[in-house]
Amino acid sequence: MIFLAMHFPISGTDISPIYLVIVGFLIGVLGGFFGVGGSFIAGPALRAIGMHWNFAVGTDLAHIVGKSVVAAKRHRALGNVDLRLGFIMATGTIGGAECGAQLIQFLKRQGNVDFVVSIVSIIIYSSISLFMMWESSRTVRSQKRKGTVKKNEVLKGRHAKDESSFAGLTNFMHRIPIWPVISLPTSGVKAISLWVIVIVSFIGGLFSGFLGGGAGYIRMPMMVYILGIPTHLAVGTDLFEIVISASYGTFSHAVKGNVDILVALVMHTGAAIGAQIGAILTQYFAGPKIRLLFVPLPLIGVAIVTYTLVTGHKL
Amino acid sequence: MKIDTRRTLLSFFAELVVYSALIVAYFFLVLHFLGNWLEHLSKENIKLYAVVAIGLIIGQAVLLEWVTTFLFRLLRGRSE
Repeated sequence: MIFLAMHFPISGTDISPIYLVIVGFLIGVLGGFFGVGGSFIAGPALRAIGMHWNFAVGTDLAHIVGKSVVAAKRHRALGNVDLRLGFIMATGTIGGAECGAQLIQFLKRQGNVDFVVSIVSIIIYSSISLFMMWESSRTVRSQKRKGTVKKNEVLKGRHAKDESSFAGLTNFMHRIPIWPVISLPTSGVKAISLWVIVIVSFIGGLFSGFLGGGAGYIRMPMMVYILGIPTHLAVGTDLFEIVISASYGTFSHAVKGNVDILVALVMHTGAAIGAQIGAILTQYFAGPKIRLLFVPLPLIGVAIVTYTLVTGHKL
Repeated sequence: MKIDTRRTLLSFFAELVVYSALIVAYFFLVLHFLGNWLEHLSKENIKLYAVVAIGLIIGQAVLLEWVTTFLFRLLRGRSE
C-alpha cells in the first residue's frame, strides 16, 4: 500500500485514510454526475485493499447514504427529482435489498461469498457497460443524422431532447394495463402500471443488497429505457430514492455485522465535495452523452475485481 | 474567458486546501473519540450501533454539505 495505513477495528482491516478519501472523492463526482452510488468502484476498491466482500458491501451502502443526501439535495434544487416516483420506487427497492442481503448472509454461511459475488459482479458490470455503449452511441448517431441536437441544446444539456433507442420498449411498458395505472406528471409519463415501477425498483434493490451500493448502475438505465424517465430526472430521482433505500440497506447490513461505519465516514469526507461538483456538471451535457460517458465506469470495477480474483493480491 | 477559468480553478484549489485542513482535523476528532466507543457498541448492542451508524453518516453529510456550500460561496464571492 502506497499510503500510510490506519487500523479500523470494527472490520479489522488496515487501510490508508488518504486512499479512502480519494476513492470517496472520485465516487462523489461520478455519483453527482451519473446519479449512481458508485458501488461498482467503491466495492471493488474496498475489496482490493483486503476488506471482505460482506464488509465492502455493507460499508459502501453506509457511505452512499451520506453521499446521496448531498447529491439529491443539489439535484432537487436543479428540478431533477420526481418525488412521487422516488417514494414508490423506495418501497420496491427496500424489499429487493432485504432479499439481496439475505442472499449475502446465505453465502457467508456457505463460506464462498467472496468468490460468488466477484463472479456475479464481473458479469453484471460488463453487461451493463456493453449494453449502454451500444444504446447510447446508437442514439447519439441517430440524433446527428436527424440533426435533433442543436448547438445551444448541447450547451444546456438538461433542456436537450432526451431520446432513447428503446422508445418501442418504453411505449410497450406504458401500455401494460395492470391496475393500478398511475401518471407521473413531473417525469412526463401519462400512464404506467404501478407494478412495472415496483418490479423495476425491486430488481434494483436486489442488486443493491447483493452487490452493494445503491445499484444505480442497473436502476438508472432501467428508469430511462423501461419507465421512460428523462435521463436528468432519472439521475436526480434515483439519488433521492437511494437515500431512503440505502438507509434501510445500511441498517439491515449493520445488524448483520457487515458495516464498518468509521471507514464509511472517512470515505464520505471526500465524496461530500465530489458530489457537489458532479451534480453541477450535469447541466452541461445532454442525456445520451451522459449515458455514453457512463460506459467505462463499470469496466473499471470489472478490472479491479478480476485482478483481485485472479491474482489473489491486494492493490 | 481564460481569466474566468483561471479564477474558477484558483478558487477551487483554495476550497480543496481549506477543506483538506478541516478534514484532517475532523479525522483525528472522529477516529480518536468515536473509534473505541463504536467498536464496543458494535459488539455489545448491534441494533443501536446500526441506528447510530445511519445517524452519524447523515449528520456528517448535512454538516459537510453546509461546510462545502459555505466555502463555495465564501471563496467564489471573493474571486468574482
